[in-house]
Amino acid sequence: MSNADFPLLSLILFTPLAGAILLLFVSKQNENLIRWIANITVAIGFLVSLPLWFWYDSSNPEWQFVEQASWIPSIGAQYLLGVDGFSVLLILLATLMGVIAVLSSWTAVQMRIKEYYIFLLILQTGMIGAFVALDFLLFFLFWEVMLVPMYFLIGIWGSDNRLYSAIKFFLFTLVGSVIMLLGILAVYFYHHSVTGVYTFDITRFHELNIPYDLQWWIFLAFFMGFAVKVPMFPFHTWLPDAHTDAPTAGSVILAAVLLKMGTYGFIRFSLPILPEATQAFVPAVALLSIIGIVYGALVAMAQRDWKRLVAYSSVSHMGLVMLGMFALTPVGITGSIVQQLNHGISTGALFLLVGVVYERRHTRLIAEYGGLSSVMPVYATVFLIMTMSSIGLPTLNGFIGEFLILQGIFVVSKTWAFFAASGIVLGAAYMLWLYQRTMFGTVTNPKNESLPDLSIREFATFVPLLILAVWIGLYPKPFLDRLETSVDRVVSRVNTDYTPRFARGVAPAVGQADTNRVIEIPVRAGAR
Amino acid sequence: MPAGFTVADFYYILPEIILTAGALLVLVVDVLLLKRDSDTVVFGVTIATLVATAVAVLSFAGVNITVSAGLLAIDGFATFFKVLFLLSALMTVLMSAQYLRVEGVRAGEYYFLILCATLGMMFMASGVDLITLFIGLETMAVAFYILAGFLKPSQRSNEAAVKYFLLGAFSLGVLLYGMSLLYGVTGTTSLSGIADALAGSERTLVLSLALILIITGMGFKIAAVPFHMWAPDVYEGAPTPVTAYLSVGSKAASFAMLLRIFIVGLPGLVDDWQTLFWILAAVTMTVGNIAAITQTNTKRMLAYSSIAHAGYILIGVAVGTERGIAATMVYLWVYLFMQLGAFAIVSMLRRQDIVGDELKDLSGLYVRKPIAAIAMLIFMLSLGGIPPTAGFMGKVWVFGAAIEAGFVWLAVIGVVNSAISLYYYYRVIVFMWLKEETLGSDIEIGPAVATALGIAVVGSVLFGIYPEILFDQAQIATEMFGSAVSTAILQ
Repeated sequence: MSNADFPLLSLILFTPLAGAILLLFVSKQNENLIRWIANITVAIGFLVSLPLWFWYDSSNPEWQFVEQASWIPSIGAQYLLGVDGFSVLLILLATLMGVIAVLSSWTAVQMRIKEYYIFLLILQTGMIGAFVALDFLLFFLFWEVMLVPMYFLIGIWGSDNRLYSAIKFFLFTLVGSVIMLLGILAVYFYHHSVTGVYTFDITRFHELNIPYDLQWWIFLAFFMGFAVKVPMFPFHTWLPDAHTDAPTAGSVILAAVLLKMGTYGFIRFSLPILPEATQAFVPAVALLSIIGIVYGALVAMAQRDWKRLVAYSSVSHMGLVMLGMFALTPVGITGSIVQQLNHGISTGALFLLVGVVYERRHTRLIAEYGGLSSVMPVYATVFLIMTMSSIGLPTLNGFIGEFLILQGIFVVSKTWAFFAASGIVLGAAYMLWLYQRTMFGTVTNPKNESLPDLSIREFATFVPLLILAVWIGLYPKPFLDRLETSVDRVVSRVNTDYTPRFARGVAPAVGQADTNRVIEIPVRAGAR
Repeated sequence: MPAGFTVADFYYILPEIILTAGALLVLVVDVLLLKRDSDTVVFGVTIATLVATAVAVLSFAGVNITVSAGLLAIDGFATFFKVLFLLSALMTVLMSAQYLRVEGVRAGEYYFLILCATLGMMFMASGVDLITLFIGLETMAVAFYILAGFLKPSQRSNEAAVKYFLLGAFSLGVLLYGMSLLYGVTGTTSLSGIADALAGSERTLVLSLALILIITGMGFKIAAVPFHMWAPDVYEGAPTPVTAYLSVGSKAASFAMLLRIFIVGLPGLVDDWQTLFWILAAVTMTVGNIAAITQTNTKRMLAYSSIAHAGYILIGVAVGTERGIAATMVYLWVYLFMQLGAFAIVSMLRRQDIVGDELKDLSGLYVRKPIAAIAMLIFMLSLGGIPPTAGFMGKVWVFGAAIEAGFVWLAVIGVVNSAISLYYYYRVIVFMWLKEETLGSDIEIGPAVATALGIAVVGSVLFGIYPEILFDQAQIATEMFGSAVSTAILQ
């Protein structure tokens, strides 16, 4: 592990919390001061996370920026933080989305403003915590901590059905989480029985060889926790309600970051710690993913509520992500991670777009809109770019992720690739149809005739997403480079046909860390 | 010195002596002073007594001896529990002051009875002989019978007292019968003597009967299912601070007694009682949680939730290993803070015009008293086991102990129940935070209740973020419990 000289991760982790505590002391009358403090806090949070992008060493396969402190020695839990390429990208996504979400709430939230920003900031800390924690108990703590502020965000500032949606989200995710806790404890005690040491250190668990029977059950326990979050069919039913009824910023954070925690969990925990069980579960997970892709897309097409449509599109997109991941090939997993980022960017943007019109018209029914492109041209342009990103048009980010995933699963199963491709086609169908119904044609509803276009602040929330969409679409190399070691670590554990390119504890040999390397498809032993 | 007594016998029960003296002093002061002066003074005397007793208890920390010819043990286990009882008594007294003033009840006898109950509990923690344990139990129980019916004009309070008395007396009789059978078989009432006498002997019908009767008797006290029927009615009818103390102190004392009897006295019969406690734990958790879902009265809901928590604690007892016992003790500590905190909030709602124990009385609490709403949020999350609260750490230990001992299904039932419980804890949160209509007159939080709330919040959050202190103490206490634990149980 490369220990950090400076507690960068702790700084990133606790900046939002510090902002939340600061807000406690501001009187709730000072509305603008509260907004400014919140925005500045998340902006600082993003700025302190930028060094992760520049200082992360792509050729170093060890965990980086590691911080270690004693927490509960009597059970072996430590305050252990560390990142690899995958977490770096997700942390940056989380902090960026934090800035965007807080900025987008400026005019959208008018009541109980202080509590709103406090909850948003606590949520931010929880999310970042889950991505940096290398101690399983610490991870679980942050994982569960996230649930409470999200519940309040939906329950207090949400729309119509918010009480039901909030408690459904909370209980659904919680049941999965507590079952996952049992899995964590099982791994913990197994590690003790083998080594005599009580520890929750994930890096130690990555080296365990757990017997297959136990692996199978633990995988199932972890699956319950992560599958609800992803969300995988049939555990996805909380998502449409939660996304639809949450306030805009809540939906953005939920879609862009919270859903990634599920897939992060699979890649960080299930795959490396339980490799044989992962291989055994591949058919089942692939089936559920494919159902998620197709079913999510078909249901999205049938929606009349704009936000619900985007919510179901999330189910479909995440199905593709899971399919790429469970191909267990380096290309597949890389594509899966890239697509996670893309989904965060495009779906986050789509929810922001809905939020913009919702603030103006207070309705989400697609039928209420139509021909908006003539009334709000800038908005229509942004919407078009993000629609194309979501569909996977080449030159935008969606294409990179989808292509890598398809490449990764094609070597495993042509059937899967067929269904994945059909999901992409369906995706184009419902997104373009949505765009056509809301943007093209004449303005059918007189209420839409004088809607103001995007304000500077609103446009500012889209700018980073637009830049990222184009950047990843045209030049994804910096992102792919940073993912190499993470993917290598996971695939070398879980795919027996793959030879690891990075040796643990040893620097890569001269000539191996070639930055012009193209991602290779591993050749199956004996196949030609 | 009369024959058989030594100075040590009196020295080591100094805490109990201070407590008794303090209790009697409270009574005397209450009689001598006029009503309007007496309430504050007896409050002060009670607090002083409790603090002095706590200091005395802590001065014996690290001691491990048996006194009074083997009747009492002053060890880490006893110290752990005595501090627990004294802290819960302190918080109960703090939350009682305002409540009693609103109810118009004379405080002196009330505080006296609280101190008597505490005295009984302390003997239950220290006792290593069946007789001592029973006397402690009886003392505590009688004090609580009277306390439950303390609101004389209230019909529900009278009903609660009578119900508690009848069922309590019955259960104590059953317990005593079981104890007498045990004495008959082994010829001694000393727990270590019983363990020696039973070592290596076969299980007989009489022994099994004794076991069942003891579990039944104790089951009533901890309100395990199916011996729990009295709890919701008694908890609802009794004055709120009494309910609080009953749900924490009485339960903790009964668990201390349970652990002593079964771990020290009956390790040889572990195969029998482990299965029984397994079933008891599973059923108690499930019934308690499911019944709580439909409640509309906060006190009844907290009663059923407290039954469910007894179930979680029973997991630790069922496991029986050192980690299991430590888990039980840790859980009882964190349970203290969250349960007393929740009841402090409910007691605070009692004003002149409103009884305040329905869920809807919590409506709009965030608008009226945000600090109280935040505190109650922390207590509800802690009860449900959400990090970073102490309740979560307690549950991690209990479920961890279960998994380590191989009781995976028990752990599964436990976590699923945990998840279910959050549904009704969240109902409280919905009323406080998400609804804005408020009922009744203004709520005032006096300094005493505020102190109690402060202790509860600090405890709930501190032990959630940094539970090391607690875990350490529990492990030390378990080690001093005696080697009777490990050998017979850890296969």
